[in-house]
Amino acid sequence: MAGNPVVTDWTTDFDHTDKAWAADPYPIMDELRDTCPVAHSDRFGGAWLPTRHEDVSAIANDTEHFTSRSIVVSEHRPPMELAPEGIAPPISSDPPFHAQARRMLLPVFSPQTIDKLEPSTRAYCQELLAALQGKDVVDAAADYAAHIPVRVIANMLGLPEEDGDKFRGFVLHVLEGVALPLEERIVGFQQLFEYLMPQINDRVANPKDDLISFLLASELDGKPLDPFHVVRTVALLLIAGIDTTWSAIGASIWHLAKSPTDLKRLVNEPELMPTAIEELLRAYAPVTMARLVKEDFEFQGCPMKAEDWVLLSFPAANRDPAFFENPDEVILDRSPNRHAAFGLGIHRCAGSHLARMEMRVALEEWVKVYPDFSLEDAGAVRWSGGQVRGPRVLPIQVGP
Amino acid sequence: MKIHLDSDRCQGHGRCYSIAPALFTYDDNGQAALIVTDELADEQVGLAQLAANNCPEYAIEVA
Ligand code: HEM
Ligand code: SF4
Repeated sequence: MAGNPVVTDWTTDFDHTDKAWAADPYPIMDELRDTCPVAHSDRFGGAWLPTRHEDVSAIANDTEHFTSRSIVVSEHRPPMELAPEGIAPPISSDPPFHAQARRMLLPVFSPQTIDKLEPSTRAYCQELLAALQGKDVVDAAADYAAHIPVRVIANMLGLPEEDGDKFRGFVLHVLEGVALPLEERIVGFQQLFEYLMPQINDRVANPKDDLISFLLASELDGKPLDPFHVVRTVALLLIAGIDTTWSAIGASIWHLAKSPTDLKRLVNEPELMPTAIEELLRAYAPVTMARLVKEDFEFQGCPMKAEDWVLLSFPAANRDPAFFENPDEVILDRSPNRHAAFGLGIHRCAGSHLARMEMRVALEEWVKVYPDFSLEDAGAVRWSGGQVRGPRVLPIQVGP
Repeated sequence: MKIHLDSDRCQGHGRCYSIAPALFTYDDNGQAALIVTDELADEQVGLAQLAANNCPEYAIEVA
């Protein structure tokens, strides 16, 4: 990541964009949980990092003291006037506005709607794998995982499939560019809105059977949704749906590539897939969210100041030994498994049924073609840093 | 023993209805709903408890 000095003391100066965090954050989280469970850093204008499940859960459920006005940590705090809608409703919205912005999306991502998308998702995974035929080494992140959520969400929204590379560029810019100067980040957002606005205006004139048209036809407070709300929600779906799912699929393949026992078990017992997916989500939860502190407030003895950031590390919560037995072990049929990979409380991932379907289908099709595979070069694997963590370079040996 | 579902706590994670589709279903928003509201048969108790134990929001109680 550009700019920030390397971290030497995680308890007083943590930085989730640091290279060490991207490469392997779990030992750092464990140490913090033992020595300094709500760490503070002066970076980003003041930020806190709780690592216990109990604290992450308490903050996710406390919308009185913490606002979602921004959920991506950077040097910049969006203007107060944006509340309660925020830049990308519902993820950036606070109660009571949040509930209606969320309710509008839920039917679109309900289990019954998502079931219908399974055959086309499967066909697309098969198409991707067919294109890799004959290769002995494939990049499971760049050549496979990255493409799946892009195609699925583009289809849902009714955007051209061939624009996939463009979306991925926007997404990377927003989520992995947190250390970039503000001007560059704003340019990234503008490009996304400039790309989306003509699409939205087109649906205003010619409604189609797609999610953009559905949103335009939705009502909020008895009035039709204004196109600006729609463009911001569409931007959210692109940003929330793409590199999260790409990361989860990639991390799952990475785990199976380095764990031959688990791979064999999953191939021989395909009925384990649903619990295996929950466990892989727990162990390698890709998403960390953030909140801003509303007013000066003491949390677990820590003097939080208004406008301080709080990182909501669902990955750290999922590795808390006080909440999970042997948290560092992947147990494909773990139960109970009350993991928090999709968040907790009112902002719980609206796309979780879609994300699970994509993960399941992507893994099922992958192991069908490659029942035996391994890491080609463990040292070559590269993970993204920041708030969405997953493998971005993942060379897998699939042939002899 | 009955299943008690606290709909205010439920956030639609869907763990219950994927684990125990005979006991739980969902509405148009993916929020959980009970299929069996009466006294559970003995052989249903274990499954109900499994669903309760996997709910991230602690929205289900078997008592
Ligand atoms: C494995 C993949 C995914 C993971 C791990 C994930 C994780 C999360 C998490 C942790 C939150 C909570 C945000 C918060 O507390 O501030 C969230 C919210 C959200 N996610 Fe996901 N997500 C995934 C995939 C998706 C997909 C595919 C979509 C839709 C296309 C999506 C749409 C949303 C939306 C709309 C919200 C905001 C909900 C609200 O604020 O009420 N996500 N996600
Ligand atoms: S597992 Fe819990 S939160 Fe999820 S749908 Fe069932 S009751 Fe609701």
